[in-house]
Amino acid sequence: MLSRRTFIKAGLLGGIALGAGGVWYGATRESAPAGHLPGSTRAMFAAITPVILAGSLDEGNGPVERVVDGVERAVAGLSAAAQSELGELFGLLGFYPARLLLTGIGDWRLATRAEIEAFLDGWRLHRIALMQGAYAALHDLVLGAWYAQPESWETIGYPGPPEVK
Amino acid sequence: MTIRDPMGDGIAAGWKVLDASLPDAPRALEADVVIVGSGAGGGIAAEILTAAGLEVILVEEGPLKSTRDFRMREAEAYPHLYQESAARKTRDKAINILQGRCVGGSTTVNWASSFRTPASTLAFWRERFGLADYTPEALQPWFEMVERRLNIGPWQRAPNTNNTLMRTGATTLGIPVGEIRRNVRDCWNLGYCGMGCPTGAKQSMLVTTIPSALGRGAMLIHRLRAERLVTAGTRIDALECVAMEADGVHPRPIRWTLRARHFVLAAGAIGTPALLLRSKLPDPHGLTGARTFLHPTVVAAGRFAKAVHGHAGAPQSLYSDHFLEQLPIDGPLGFKLEVPPLHPVLFSTTLQGFGDEHAASMREFTHTHAQLALLRDGFHPQSHGGRVALRADGTPLLDYPLNEPIWEAAARALLAMAEIQFAAGALSVQAVHEQCRGYTSWPQAKEGIARLPMKPLLTRVVSAHVMGGAAMGASEATGLTAPDGTLRGVDNVSVFDGSVFPTSIGANPQLSVYAVAARNASILTSRMTGKPAPPLA
Ligand SMILES: Cc1cc2nc3c(=O)[nH]c(=O)nc-3n(C[C@H](O)[C@H](O)[C@H](O)COP(=O)(O)OP(=O)(O)OC[C@H]3O[C@@H](n4cnc5c(N)ncnc54)[C@H](O)[C@@H]3O)c2cc1C
Ligand code: SF4
Repeated sequence: MLSRRTFIKAGLLGGIALGAGGVWYGATRESAPAGHLPGSTRAMFAAITPVILAGSLDEGNGPVERVVDGVERAVAGLSAAAQSELGELFGLLGFYPARLLLTGIGDWRLATRAEIEAFLDGWRLHRIALMQGAYAALHDLVLGAWYAQPESWETIGYPGPPEVK
Repeated sequence: MTIRDPMGDGIAAGWKVLDASLPDAPRALEADVVIVGSGAGGGIAAEILTAAGLEVILVEEGPLKSTRDFRMREAEAYPHLYQESAARKTRDKAINILQGRCVGGSTTVNWASSFRTPASTLAFWRERFGLADYTPEALQPWFEMVERRLNIGPWQRAPNTNNTLMRTGATTLGIPVGEIRRNVRDCWNLGYCGMGCPTGAKQSMLVTTIPSALGRGAMLIHRLRAERLVTAGTRIDALECVAMEADGVHPRPIRWTLRARHFVLAAGAIGTPALLLRSKLPDPHGLTGARTFLHPTVVAAGRFAKAVHGHAGAPQSLYSDHFLEQLPIDGPLGFKLEVPPLHPVLFSTTLQGFGDEHAASMREFTHTHAQLALLRDGFHPQSHGGRVALRADGTPLLDYPLNEPIWEAAARALLAMAEIQFAAGALSVQAVHEQCRGYTSWPQAKEGIARLPMKPLLTRVVSAHVMGGAAMGASEATGLTAPDGTLRGVDNVSVFDGSVFPTSIGANPQLSVYAVAARNASILTSRMTGKPAPPLA
């Protein structure tokens, strides 16, 4: 688990990095075809999805993949400005030094649930608004992508839309 | 039961409807009047102008979707029908804004609640903004005309459980509750108004004024974004537009030029001021985009032993103005209480937290009753609302700092809603706030809510009511637009949408937009034709 101090430090540096438009990591940023997320971003979502949806999502990779696909579709529908801001955030989270600094996580595939929870909780209540906003974006994208899918509805008793004929 | 799809039928019959995402060549067109935006204000204006025989082109940034396209799925509705996929945010991301972006504008996705502009709001406008003609008596014929046109009347069915629980709790506490009138005809009571009405029952612009304008020969161009007005002296000569890709996100490198004798701006609050800012028109007092109001809204969710099914049934049928009427209009902010429809995506993303905590709340989805408190912004001396600015790509961004008067009212509102929910028998109540873990009794909630820090991004704040930014006023110093909606400083532009309001409305705004647009479009029509304007159908 990360200590509170690490977060404060990371937040400060992270704030600067995000605020500067992420110029310094730009060179290493992966690109992906329009409407798709780079592999490193998909890996990040694949890691945080089971944590954000703990208690709702069944174990197994199938639903996680479908949530990540849903995130990809949702991002493609956002404004160009929001997509480019998210691109910066995803770029940072896919770039090892920035990720380590901001989240304490080295490799998404090796991160434990506790580590991911700690980073999400740290951002959620962070004193820097940028970090809180970044948490909110991850929160909305993952939850929205899951609860948009009929397979999630049975877990909450939602019968789905009625038939209109 | 009836299903109405006048747009689908009309297109089959050869109405002039163009989709700008298709052609690959630039276009130039001309009409008497070009209307930007096909929502509440644009729709009403289109019907009145065409009824007087004027030739109209209606420009809409969003796509044309109508009755038969609406499948009641959030995954389709938000990206197709809403600005920024229903995720439009203020600059600091502390407020999520819902606005329509499709033919029919926000009326295609709104919840059908219909209130006349409160008399106290009009009195404030007369006193502070010199809008002397805005009395309830003078506006009455306009309200009556649009109420007739849109079949606005009492809701004939029983309120759903989500609404009833608010009444149960409020009544127990001696808080009066009123019934909401709705603009529906043969409503199936489904509850999916926010995803486009699949039966055509909701009397949005999509099934009323726009079909009637198109039936009279108007042209509708959708997926076309109005970019800037081009001046020639004190006149606007043309409107430059850019075609949008079918995804609704990216502009295409294809420009359209539209010429007209008169230009009506009805791109909605945020949208209209943004168009004016891009056009760089004279604005000596810096009023463009200033004083944009939102009815900042806070949310409380109560869990009940019995099933609520907040997704089903007319979304809003009951309200309480008790907390609007307690204090002077320019004192601590009052708030209107209503309930929202509960659908999985909107609810899960609004709800705080993640993991087991969030999943546990979601398991209670069908047993959840939620309330909204709409804060009346723009009257308190420190409630200045927000300001619209442009991003580098020319798209708008609203900066709305949430300040002390808002937070003071937000805390009061969360308390009021929790008390009502417990009085209605809630097993537990959650204030939608990152630090609230839920309360199991009113005393616990009372103490807990008082300790929640009222801060941006901790307290969830949302809005579906964007108003102002091109306010009417009697003087040049207070009104970017004159009391009849004409834009000051140029000869041939009018603003007929929610951006002309000098404060928030203090009630759901659609009927205010309709009535003021009907009044001002009629004044314009008689000026252009030399004859009295014909009434709405
Ligand atoms: C989910 C939701 C629920 C609501 N529920 C209610 C309710 O129950 N009762 C109520 O009274 N009010 C409700 N409202 C609010 C109400 O619908 C709006 O206040 C009203 O429709 C505003 O009218 P308008 O003409 O100002 O703008 P809109 O109706 O929003 O129309 C503006 C149109 O302009 C288009 N546009 C914007 N920029 C451009 C551009 N550059 N070029 C071309 N087109 C452009 C937009 O795409 C949009 O279609 C709700 C709103 C939402 C989003
Ligand atoms: S409740 Fe709303 S969506 Fe359903 S039929 Fe009535 S107006 Fe249409």
